[in-house]
Amino acid sequence: MTDAALPQSRRAPMREVTAWDRLKTNRNWLGFWFMVPAAAFLILFLAYPLGLGIWLSFTDTRIGRPGVFVGIENYEWVLGDSKFLDSVFNTLFYTTIASIAKFAIGLYLAILLNHHLPFKAMIRAIVLIPFIVPTVLSAIAFWWIFDPTFSIISWTLKEMGWRTTNINFLGDAWNARWSVIFANVWRGVPFIAITLLAGLQTVPPSLYEAATLDGATRWQMFRYITYPLLTPIIAVVMTFSVLFTFTDFQLIKVLTNGGPAGATELMATMSYNTAILGGKIGEGAAISTAMIPFLLGAIMISWFGLQRRKWQQGED
Amino acid sequence: MSAAETRADITDNREGMSYLDTLPRRVVTVYIPLFLIMFVLLFPFYWMGLTAVKPKEELIDFERANPFWTWAPTFEHIYDLIFKTEYPRWLWNTMFISVVSTILALIASVFAAYAIVRVRYKGASTVGGLIFLSYLVPPSILFIPLSTVVYQYGLFDTPFALILTYPTILIPFSTWLLMGYFKTIPFELEECALIDGASRFQILMKIVLPLAVPGLISAGIFCLTLCWNEFIYALTFINTHANKTVPVAIVTAFTDGDQYRWGSLMAGALVGSLPLVILYSFFVEYYVSAMTGAVKE
Repeated sequence: MTDAALPQSRRAPMREVTAWDRLKTNRNWLGFWFMVPAAAFLILFLAYPLGLGIWLSFTDTRIGRPGVFVGIENYEWVLGDSKFLDSVFNTLFYTTIASIAKFAIGLYLAILLNHHLPFKAMIRAIVLIPFIVPTVLSAIAFWWIFDPTFSIISWTLKEMGWRTTNINFLGDAWNARWSVIFANVWRGVPFIAITLLAGLQTVPPSLYEAATLDGATRWQMFRYITYPLLTPIIAVVMTFSVLFTFTDFQLIKVLTNGGPAGATELMATMSYNTAILGGKIGEGAAISTAMIPFLLGAIMISWFGLQRRKWQQGED
Repeated sequence: MSAAETRADITDNREGMSYLDTLPRRVVTVYIPLFLIMFVLLFPFYWMGLTAVKPKEELIDFERANPFWTWAPTFEHIYDLIFKTEYPRWLWNTMFISVVSTILALIASVFAAYAIVRVRYKGASTVGGLIFLSYLVPPSILFIPLSTVVYQYGLFDTPFALILTYPTILIPFSTWLLMGYFKTIPFELEECALIDGASRFQILMKIVLPLAVPGLISAGIFCLTLCWNEFIYALTFINTHANKTVPVAIVTAFTDGDQYRWGSLMAGALVGSLPLVILYSFFVEYYVSAMTGAVKE
């Protein structure tokens, strides 16, 4: 570490260690310099806005007008608004159903892909495509598939004689909820399947062989070998999935824009409508701040999942 | 000969006990469900592509022709898109913004990850944990305060509003991923270089980075797709039509009153996703390792 100060035979006698040398070689200063670019971005555009958002939720800021501190007025207004309570219900419903479905289908798909298949690499690459294509662009495709008059699903069902009328996918409250959940699951399954597949591939086949010799059924093998070994990955993947489903914005904005009559309004879209379109920055910030406790809950669950992994691996 | 035998052994082991399954059983339990799921996953893209090349009159007429196929493909929609709208400009904006913010994020994360893993300054592990936590802060709770910040800094409605804010989404992820890669590089290599009088910066540039190229590619590809996909910041911070990115522009541009121009919309969605899909097809392995690596760490 003190290379600058090493005397060399052909050089002049050892010079004083200057403050500059210290800045160049001291472990902590070096670390500091290396961290500057990342820290600058994260502090200026992440930590500061996060704090600012919480502060804004206690002010009556409007677009183009700085606000003054108003205490918990925004929260009182928001809690008294039945639209907000509806959006909390919608968000929880959307997150719960979509996450459970994504997990179930994703795990099933991962187990299917873990079989010995021809063209395995290609199938895996194809499965991931919905995750690669920008959400908004695939949401547009769903918008067209869910069209009230020219929906291909309605047409197919009518041709097969199962229905006589078109399905009003996005115009009816519950239809719209299920449609956006379907689109969300469609987009989320590949991510979950491929990450869980990576976990499955680390499970040694000899465990299954041993279990077979002991006469275990397929369900028992899944329950007592696959599932316990997968829990750490499941915990992390599901935290991310829940986090990003809970704060979902793009899909709703494109498919229904919160409609019909607020039936698919999530907290994220509502905060956008209130703050950016309605200009009420303070109230909008209160709505998005209200999401934080839910997100903390999801992170805590993941954290306990990770603790369990440490215990399994024998680290204290 | 013996090499070939060992090879066969390995594949047999990888296959596990699947040889115990009979073919009909495999068809019912594996191939049919897999085919159904793949069909559902891919159908929207087929429909997108088909609509993009269908003649206008076939788009809203399911009676005379089977809607699942067209015998008269046309490039009319794609032609309209490229020559009658600002689409090329939007595509250029998206590429420019994604590439620049990916590069910025990679530079910042390389230094941060190296410092956390190898310089190990005081509090490095705490900082690592904080960076992971910042990964969990979703854009949906940041865009309102960020819009006021962007306005204060005078960035509103410029590409810099996005170029400077996207790295906050990318840095936590790519730092975490690169930390994993740097940990696998033998410490001895660096010690040798240190004894030879190399500075930390030289070690990073000449020894660590060349060895971490796969990690850099993984992180880069993943960052690029995240930027391309970003919607809420682009929607909030950009007002001028010509400055928008593809996802935002396409949603706001192609609506003529009530009758949506489905052909152009689908062509726009198709052309907007193709560059990413092509890029992805070249780097599938890197992409998958980025995705799974970030989760496993």
